[in-house]
Amino acid sequence: MNGFSTSRAGRLIVRLLPYAWLLVFFLLPFLIVFKISLSQVTLAIPPYMPTFDLVGGISGLMDSVRQLSFENYAFLFSDRLYVLSYLSSLQIAGISTLLVLMIGYPIAYGMARSPRAWRPTLLMLVILPFWTSFLIRVYAWIGILSREGLLNNFLMSTGIIDAPLTILSTNIAVYIGIVYSYLPFMVLPLYASLERMDESLLEAANDLGCPPPKTFWVITVPLSLPGIVAGCFLVFIPAVGEFVIPDLLGGSQTLMIGRTLWAEFFNNRDWPLSSAVAVILLLILVIPIMIFQNMQQRQQEKNS
Amino acid sequence: MATGPVKRSFAPWEDPDAKAFIRFDNITKRFGEFTAVDDLSLDIYEREFFALLGPSGCGKTTLLRMLAGFEKPSEGRVFLDGHDITDVPPHRRPVNMMFQSYALFPHMSVEKNIAFGLKQDRMPKGEIADRVAEMLKLVKLEAFARRRPDQLSGGQRQRVALARSLAKRPKVLLLDEPLGALDKKLRGETQFELMDLQMELGLTFVIVTHDQEEAMTVSDRIAVMNEGRLVQVSTPAVIYETPGSRYVAGFIGDVNFLEATVVTAEDDRFELTSDKWATRIVATAGDHRAEPGETAWLSIRPEKMRISLDQPEDTSVNCVPGEVWDVAYLGDISIYHVKLDSGEIVKSSVTNLTRLVERPITWDDRVWLSWPRDAGVVLTR
Repeated sequence: MNGFSTSRAGRLIVRLLPYAWLLVFFLLPFLIVFKISLSQVTLAIPPYMPTFDLVGGISGLMDSVRQLSFENYAFLFSDRLYVLSYLSSLQIAGISTLLVLMIGYPIAYGMARSPRAWRPTLLMLVILPFWTSFLIRVYAWIGILSREGLLNNFLMSTGIIDAPLTILSTNIAVYIGIVYSYLPFMVLPLYASLERMDESLLEAANDLGCPPPKTFWVITVPLSLPGIVAGCFLVFIPAVGEFVIPDLLGGSQTLMIGRTLWAEFFNNRDWPLSSAVAVILLLILVIPIMIFQNMQQRQQEKNS
Repeated sequence: MATGPVKRSFAPWEDPDAKAFIRFDNITKRFGEFTAVDDLSLDIYEREFFALLGPSGCGKTTLLRMLAGFEKPSEGRVFLDGHDITDVPPHRRPVNMMFQSYALFPHMSVEKNIAFGLKQDRMPKGEIADRVAEMLKLVKLEAFARRRPDQLSGGQRQRVALARSLAKRPKVLLLDEPLGALDKKLRGETQFELMDLQMELGLTFVIVTHDQEEAMTVSDRIAVMNEGRLVQVSTPAVIYETPGSRYVAGFIGDVNFLEATVVTAEDDRFELTSDKWATRIVATAGDHRAEPGETAWLSIRPEKMRISLDQPEDTSVNCVPGEVWDVAYLGDISIYHVKLDSGEIVKSSVTNLTRLVERPITWDDRVWLSWPRDAGVVLTR
């Protein structure tokens, strides 16, 4: 009967669903944040002005729009604190991503080359930490890393060190926390791309005179590049904006943009400024990714 | 390079002074409890096109992989050109392999795939380019040099794989089911190309296949394998016409077995009898281990069984009556399934020499099957 039209409508809904999702849960909130970032701080609820309403009619609305300005952005770039926070966040996230890659690659490689029957179990073990709360796992590191913690106790009891090491409340603790927390996000995409790889490719390379260590660099790594890229994005992006780990494990000198944003929002109640911080953070992360994807697409078009 | 048509008289395996180029010396290979290759010894000669034939799991691929270096024998040694290569890793062996999956590097162009092995040898750039061009010409893929493997058809990929494995001019080319992924027609053409290529380059080729027709077409000699052992090693014609066992006879081509009791087993005269038939079975070839009184089988190919509606003059030797049970018309030939009066079903194939649509012999006809004395082989195993 009208099977044709329903299936067409159905298909259209399926196609529009992701866009609708992005519109409602990403674009609209973003526009609200963007609008707040253009406002001024005030002692009120909500703590910014102007607020848009239709009480004053169209002219009142236009008045409100005229009050918006980029002042907050100008302030952001004039104060070294924010610029340093961004740079330090990028640095910490960048180094952590490299560390996670260096630790995650051998794990993923070992999993992908393990007997087929073991793989589901190994995969399970990688995902297992997600079964406890992220917050609890980060708290646990305080117990491990503190001056009287498990690590120091262990090292002192075995006589490796005489005095306890100060790890907690330093950037080292932050690196440990990030590497630990984000490792699964690196291992999973790497495992997916390594597991797909045809082992006869490695044999073919050996057969053609390429010794095994070199084969790794000329065959395995290039073929797992999509997994490396996906894993690095999955670790780097959330790590830049990370708040919980630097707040719990880091010290007062640990400067990360997530913490700055939190302080601005909850301690200073400066919603407009913290919104501006968030918008800039988004641009810092989105623009390089877009450039990268654009480059990749062009590369693919060139090849075909 | 090849010196003209040496092929016709090429039979180094018959020359007692000929030196083996590849030698498997009492090779055993176990994977855990499973024995893939069982105390196997085999000599392959230079410039030979040698086929390892057998059902899956017979150990033929394991044997090939031991030659490439991917598997180490549990016992025994492998020699190449007089050198013990048992412990030489694959990347140091002067042997190249064409993989069943082709194993082309997906992130490299055709050109780069072919140049890969040459680069490992640190060949100068100019020479690499020349060799790659030569290889591309050899497999007729000049126009596809810059394509990536996923932009090629199956047949083209097969050619790239072949070019890549030949680029380093290996002493031995190993081919692991090289044509398995091609369709039947392309496979047939490629088989002849492989033969030409092997003669032209003068290299030793070792091919693994489960396709008996392919092995018969391309190779100088065939090793039929079963359960990790060699069953028979010989030329295609010898294997087809004088199989050593029922296993070999059944694996290569179509065959009928007539079970009977040995009466005499002499040099060139074998005689069998059975209560089932009035006729005596006489053959000029057979297994010399046959003893009078024991059970044996006459192995005879369908095309060597004459089928006729009229009773032959002499029915006392090699002649049995029966009834047409089934007819398969294949165009070039017709295959008759004849149910003998003794109950066995025997196949006889006839070349269709005329365009008659109505075949003279058809279902339920009473027929006689007869064959000359030199048509069958008496087998005891």
